[in-house]
Amino acid sequence: MSEGSDLRHSPFRPISEFLPQRGHFSLLPFRFIKLDDSRYVLTNFAGEYIVTDRDNLVRFVKKDLAPDSDLYAQLKSRHFLNDSAHSVALDLLATKYRTKQRPLSEFTGLHMFVPTLRCNSSCSYCQVSRKSSTAEGFDMTQAVAERGIEFMFSSPSTVLKLEFQGGEPLLNLDIVRYIVERTRELCRTSGRIVNIIICSNLALLSDEILDFCDRHDVSFSTSLDGPRELHNLNRPSRDFDSYERTCAGIGRIRERLGVERVSALMTTTRHSLSQPTEIVDEYLRQGLASIFLRPINPYGFASSPGTFASYSTAEWLEFYKKALDYIIGLNLRGIRIREEYTALLLRRMLTPFGTGFVDLQSPAGIGISAVVFNHDGNVYPSDESRMLAEMGDPRFCIGNLLSDSYKDMMLSDILIDTISQTMTECVPGCVDCGFQPYCGADPIRHYRLQGDIVGYKPTSEFCQRHMGLFRHIISILENQDTASGVLMNWLQ
Amino acid sequence: MILSDKTDCRWNAAPFVVRVSTDPLRPEPLRTSEALLLRSTCQSYIPGFRAYFWTEAASSELPHGVDTPLISLPESLSYLGDGDIVIVRPSTGDLRVLYRRTAIHNSFLVTQACNSFCVMCAQPPAKHVADNCADLLWEAIPLMDINTPEITFTGGEPTLLGRKLIELIRRMKSFLPHTSLHVLTNGRLIKFLAFAQDIAEICHPDLVFGVPLYSDMSHEHDFIVQANAAFDEAVKGILNLARCGLRVEIRLVITRLNYRSLQRFAGFVARNLPFSCNVALMGLEPVGFAKSNLASVWIDPADYGEHLAAAVRILESHRVPVSIYNHQLCTIAPELWRYARQSISDWKNIFTDACESCAVRHQCCGFFASGVDVHSRAIRPVSCN
Repeated sequence: MSEGSDLRHSPFRPISEFLPQRGHFSLLPFRFIKLDDSRYVLTNFAGEYIVTDRDNLVRFVKKDLAPDSDLYAQLKSRHFLNDSAHSVALDLLATKYRTKQRPLSEFTGLHMFVPTLRCNSSCSYCQVSRKSSTAEGFDMTQAVAERGIEFMFSSPSTVLKLEFQGGEPLLNLDIVRYIVERTRELCRTSGRIVNIIICSNLALLSDEILDFCDRHDVSFSTSLDGPRELHNLNRPSRDFDSYERTCAGIGRIRERLGVERVSALMTTTRHSLSQPTEIVDEYLRQGLASIFLRPINPYGFASSPGTFASYSTAEWLEFYKKALDYIIGLNLRGIRIREEYTALLLRRMLTPFGTGFVDLQSPAGIGISAVVFNHDGNVYPSDESRMLAEMGDPRFCIGNLLSDSYKDMMLSDILIDTISQTMTECVPGCVDCGFQPYCGADPIRHYRLQGDIVGYKPTSEFCQRHMGLFRHIISILENQDTASGVLMNWLQ
Repeated sequence: MILSDKTDCRWNAAPFVVRVSTDPLRPEPLRTSEALLLRSTCQSYIPGFRAYFWTEAASSELPHGVDTPLISLPESLSYLGDGDIVIVRPSTGDLRVLYRRTAIHNSFLVTQACNSFCVMCAQPPAKHVADNCADLLWEAIPLMDINTPEITFTGGEPTLLGRKLIELIRRMKSFLPHTSLHVLTNGRLIKFLAFAQDIAEICHPDLVFGVPLYSDMSHEHDFIVQANAAFDEAVKGILNLARCGLRVEIRLVITRLNYRSLQRFAGFVARNLPFSCNVALMGLEPVGFAKSNLASVWIDPADYGEHLAAAVRILESHRVPVSIYNHQLCTIAPELWRYARQSISDWKNIFTDACESCAVRHQCCGFFASGVDVHSRAIRPVSCN
């Protein structure tokens, strides 16, 4: 703003009359954390960030910055400092914070139904301790289903999401049909919007099911762990070639329902770590334009020796970085494929909007973002708490559909007490973390791994993983090169 | 094309508004608010019109001894046709074309007064003028074609009209319910929430407020508009409009004073004002103060291409609609063409000799007629390939 600022015509006042005085500003609330050996990340509570070196950080805090410097402009633009008495900065900050927290006012959006605990796969990392496909007493009844639907429509959320989890939902097709048809009927009369998704290994997919899903606007989510050998190693079945069935299913859904009606995610096992590019290539082979790179969850069979404990967070981050690098490179060559975990974090970091992702909410999304209806009618505030119950610890169960009311369950002590300990804004270890605005609380995971709802962050796998992800993504963005351009495109 | 000129006729009367008709057989009741345009000789006196415009061709056969105003129409306004609306100021002989029925877009200056003093203002404010723009517009609105697609209220600063602006917007909704209304305001007075609430209460079906922000730095914006606290007031105004459910377009004129911060500005808008229905990144119109301050404010688009592209990319990735106004296509990168709009009103729009052989002239906004000596060095015909 130096050149051209000297307007010679008398009625105009020069820029110098408008420039704030050096040092005349107040700090607005912000946190900071080391990005790497030389740089720091500063974040405000609306989630905007600035990367700078230690010297500049110190000069900022000491109010020793020239008002016409680049850093001053960045800090002012993103509301880290305020230099005028009549400033609109606080109004904007308040608006942004309200926008970011808006999902809270929506209340529960995601409703997961477990139509059966039976499954026809025997995945090494199974998180729900599935039963064999012929076992009895693990199917949801119509009475339970009916109460679950009632519960779902009690949520004030404007957009509802109904997800069928398992077991393998298609093994109890009758109840899936019943829930879908009943929900669609209620959509028509109530005007509510419900997105319906079946999480399935697709082995039992038939033309009849596809027709049904077409008629009722049902989408699919499936697991594809990588190339045939890896997929079948992670997700074996006694009855069929798991890889063959899943890929055939993906293809049929793409043909019959459309390419956007099936998405896939991969679960990382120790066998996956050495195959990042092969896994991504497998997604390309199936025509998929998105992949979700997911670390293993410490529940169910996944907690048995040789799976979860068999790789470290650092190893997973290495794997993630390699895969992400490869994916970004593909995009630069014009091949469109997006890594969904990264895209989700990017939306949290770069947009003013909150995301509904249950694992990264503050307060935690348990119950208030998502809720699970087990086959037996037990209601859990998250899929993880259901898994914990299947392992013999039902402490997070908030009630049963057949005996408890919506109000009793949503106001149950266990839910309220747990949630009240999950505001990362004031939780030890999170309160001062520079990444707090992007992160969230996962009380069930911390309870499972550390025996404590809040958890001990220095040894928390959740914390290490997300810090690693944030640091990596910010580093890419800060390079301001073609790779950061690819990531920016993922915001859309 | 010019929109105002003088007639030789003078008489003592207040300014008035007439709709032009070329039909001597106009039903009697419609004639009182219309002026009959006589292009050829007419056989006998046709009574009942508010005024009569005559062109040279018609002059010899004009009826005599008539007490209604007979106004000779200058050649420059001979394009007038049925449904156009003209303001006649008898004491000075000023004729101003307020509204052209066939134009896609009509723009009305609702006041000449302004509470800002922008260093690149194309329409410098008149100080302490008791203008009657709003009253004449009030009269004219019911005369306009109900199928008029788009009307802009500009100034001066329209919000200085206070209640009268609100009544004008209501009148637009009453008489022109199918017309998009665009109000260009600096937004400063809308820092009062009640102002926005009163406007919102009208429930105009298609209303957009275009509010300029020239920088994300309050001191830079305040300097450019030469008013302390203007940025804070404008942003409060924008937030108030949005809070009341009114649509807001952010308008930024690119000058030598702010082009370097375009990218940061885009980030600011995406983060703070993501509800904007459009962000218009505009080339300078080199008239008024922009002309007298040209050396300080004008910058060749060829010199800020990277900044412009970066700003567009940021807004695009955040799904904030973005448009580029007043930029000839040859001055911006082809990947930005799809954001470029033909934004220059037809009556002040020209093309140059270089455009003769240009393959994309039909898509281009061309030049401001006023800016004939302020052209980018990048101007050249684009060849199709």
